[in-house]
Amino acid sequence: MNTNVEAAQTTAEKTPLSTIIKKNLREYGMLLSLVVIMIFFYYKTDGTLLEPLNLTNLVLQNSYIIIMALGMLLVIVAGHIDLSVGSVAGFIGGLAAVLMVDMGWHYVPAAIVCLLAGAAIGALQGYFVAFHRIPSFIVTLGGMLVFRGLALALLAGQSIGPFPPQFQLLSSGFIPDPLASEGLRLTSVAIGCLVSGGLFYAAMRQRANKLQYGAETEPMAFFVVKNLLFAAAIIFFAYLLASYKGLPNVLVVMFGLMMLFDFITNRTTIGRRVYALGGNEKAARLSGIKTNWLSFYTFINMGVLAAIAGLIFAARLNTATPKAGVGFELDVIAACFIGGASATGGVGKVTGAVIGAFIMGVMNNGMSIVGIGIDWQQVIKGVVLVAAVFVDVYNKNK
Amino acid sequence: MGSILEMKGITKRFPGVIALKDVNLVVQAGEIHAICGENGAGKSTLMKVLSGVYPAGTYEGEIHFEGREQKFSSIADSEEQGIIIIHQELALVPLLSIAENIFLGNEQNKLGVIDREQTHRRTVELLKKVGLSESPETLITDLGVGKQQLVEIAKALSKKVKLLILDEPTASLNENDSAALLDLLVGFRAQGMTCILISHKLNEISRVADSVTVLRDGSTVQTMNCREAPICEDVIIRHMVGREMADRYPHREPDIGEVVFEVKDWTVFHEQHEDRKFIKGVNLNVRRGEIVGIAGLMGAGRTEFAMSVFGRSYGRNISGKVSLRGKEIDVGTVQKAVAHGIAYVTEDRKGYGLVLENEIKHNITLANLPGVSRLGVINEGREYEVANDYRRKINIRCAGVFQHVGNLSGGNQQKVVLSKWLFAGPEILILDEPTRGIDVGAKYEIYMLIAQLAKEGKCIILISSEMPELLGMSDRIYVMNEGAFVAEMQTAEASQEKIMRAIVTAGKD
Repeated sequence: MNTNVEAAQTTAEKTPLSTIIKKNLREYGMLLSLVVIMIFFYYKTDGTLLEPLNLTNLVLQNSYIIIMALGMLLVIVAGHIDLSVGSVAGFIGGLAAVLMVDMGWHYVPAAIVCLLAGAAIGALQGYFVAFHRIPSFIVTLGGMLVFRGLALALLAGQSIGPFPPQFQLLSSGFIPDPLASEGLRLTSVAIGCLVSGGLFYAAMRQRANKLQYGAETEPMAFFVVKNLLFAAAIIFFAYLLASYKGLPNVLVVMFGLMMLFDFITNRTTIGRRVYALGGNEKAARLSGIKTNWLSFYTFINMGVLAAIAGLIFAARLNTATPKAGVGFELDVIAACFIGGASATGGVGKVTGAVIGAFIMGVMNNGMSIVGIGIDWQQVIKGVVLVAAVFVDVYNKNK
Repeated sequence: MGSILEMKGITKRFPGVIALKDVNLVVQAGEIHAICGENGAGKSTLMKVLSGVYPAGTYEGEIHFEGREQKFSSIADSEEQGIIIIHQELALVPLLSIAENIFLGNEQNKLGVIDREQTHRRTVELLKKVGLSESPETLITDLGVGKQQLVEIAKALSKKVKLLILDEPTASLNENDSAALLDLLVGFRAQGMTCILISHKLNEISRVADSVTVLRDGSTVQTMNCREAPICEDVIIRHMVGREMADRYPHREPDIGEVVFEVKDWTVFHEQHEDRKFIKGVNLNVRRGEIVGIAGLMGAGRTEFAMSVFGRSYGRNISGKVSLRGKEIDVGTVQKAVAHGIAYVTEDRKGYGLVLENEIKHNITLANLPGVSRLGVINEGREYEVANDYRRKINIRCAGVFQHVGNLSGGNQQKVVLSKWLFAGPEILILDEPTRGIDVGAKYEIYMLIAQLAKEGKCIILISSEMPELLGMSDRIYVMNEGAFVAEMQTAEASQEKIMRAIVTAGKD
């Protein structure tokens, strides 16, 4: 083995920078679009967009969309779609309210039951899609109606609230600040630094591992600049939030899930298999992959994430209403497609879906501040969605 | 009577390949003219040129029909002149009725409204002509393949047909249905219709054909008149396969050991037609270090046999035993088959072998991800090393293993599929048409690899439609026809003629 490694090292090829940029063109392009859109609205809103209060709101408003987009990305990469997530999130919010408010449960067991219910809903829909080959569009279209109806029935058409204060903290709370600083929350800044440092270290280790086996890597300078920019962005973001009330609890949950799903899709066998399943199901099956179980799992995962989103949304409104989550599925699916996922499956990245969700979120937020009516907001969002996918497909066919 | 059709000097080129080279075909009016040749000899291409699938201008040469030169630009053009082709794969819509299918695209109508009465009346007439008594309202899906074939013919008759072309019409028919169909053709001939019958079943040809044209490697070899002198099957067979063994194969010194892999009484039913037995009690064994070939024409059931053994990836109601070193093993799923050391390298690498939009290295490790990961986490460095190792060992030409396989040439794609299965560490390798559609240089590299694997003691099952390849590579050859093994021979005693004879005479007894 050792001799192999050495042999590989001697033949390790230098990959030109242009190849690397070309390979990641769409990701960098996405990121660039997000930055451009942010700068645009920063000027249009006279800086309001990046004010700490608004930034905090931006995170709170979009957290549930981003969390669901993580699960939706896997579903779409596997070659399916889930239209029911908005209804499921609404139904779970209702369930949480019934358990905590009407029945007086402690919020921990109530939340666990809600997550299990989400998993069960995902399993039920996934069962029909994966094992009976009923198109996911149809199964989840049915699910969309069923769970919206069940949410109405569960809440008897009423809003139920308020939730216990500890549960509200899930959405309205901020991480505790033991450094108890005035003005700037130093703990939040410190966490921002720690996280960016940790990510930098992880990236270094991965690069070292690749080098050890002689795999091609980016040139050192490019690698350092890219990761330093990334780290600086995180610290800057943490700093802005710290000058208001610090890091919201939701952000911690969301960031943790983002890291987890990025890891699952890029680094684990299960992630790799989902891409193979969506790319060519027959080839995946003939390579010994249990394709139907894999589809089944992606739906269970989607159900759990929809449940988390439902809890966050309910905690944010501090009340469960039968209308909660209406139309969420559209934002979630749009985020994935803007982020470069392919409607035919097999292609898409977690980072892309997150950026896609932020693009939608920043546009919503910015247009509202600027004073564009809800009518034109929808028109513009629709145009952006189609334009993003058009550019994608056009580049691919070129 | 003179000739109704003359095709002169037809040459058809595809990028990098000449599919037809100066082909000449003369068909007399009112005769049944058979065309035979191996797979890839150019039969279907020639018919596509004739029917306008390849429009005039994309080929060289002239087509004269009824004495006039024709330049067809589409199928509609050739049908206008009365040339109707019935393809091997039936082109019927399963969930429409017989009547709807017969008049599809040619609906009997008044001002755009379908005239049901006329449709019904004409359908009944047409069905009578082909000897079917089914109601015109019967759905196609409720008919057997034989009757579907007759509906196709009825559909052809609904247009004014002067020249009817049938592409291997009896390939999927049983004995009785085939005989009925051939009788029908003889009946049409009596009414003055001209037929071209593409077939490789010599018994059928000698039964109905007035003349035979043999194609080989895209050229006409000879046209023989069967009425002047009865045709000699030997001559046709020699014409069909008479190419020199121009390709080269690596020299092997087989070191064959004990029987390792054995399949007994393997029976499989068709995936769509439940009651059609597709693989009929096949027995096969492979020894250590042996390359066993399976010869046969397209549709003989070789791929279906291999896929049904590989984790029941094809067919239903599968029965039979698979054993490894004398012990029966369960190959009920692909996972189990792979775990027992079986690998199946598909003939359809784009459809079944590769994830085209994934990178080379991801494709190579796909069948053995645990081999590059720990606790479900992939070690990307190790994955790169493995992929690069295969890239160097079997010479995959690419910019790097991060390249998407969709951008590789056919030969290099094939090498990626082979790498994938080699990395799974198999003992029994089923190679289905491993050199299809790849260039000569890459072919030789793949032959070298196969020889090397056999030398390492692996069992190789080589399915191929190219007889020289089978003769050049294998130690022993099974001949398959219509779902059954009809002959088994040591390669030393085998020849192309012998294999072809086994195939074409199989239907007789």
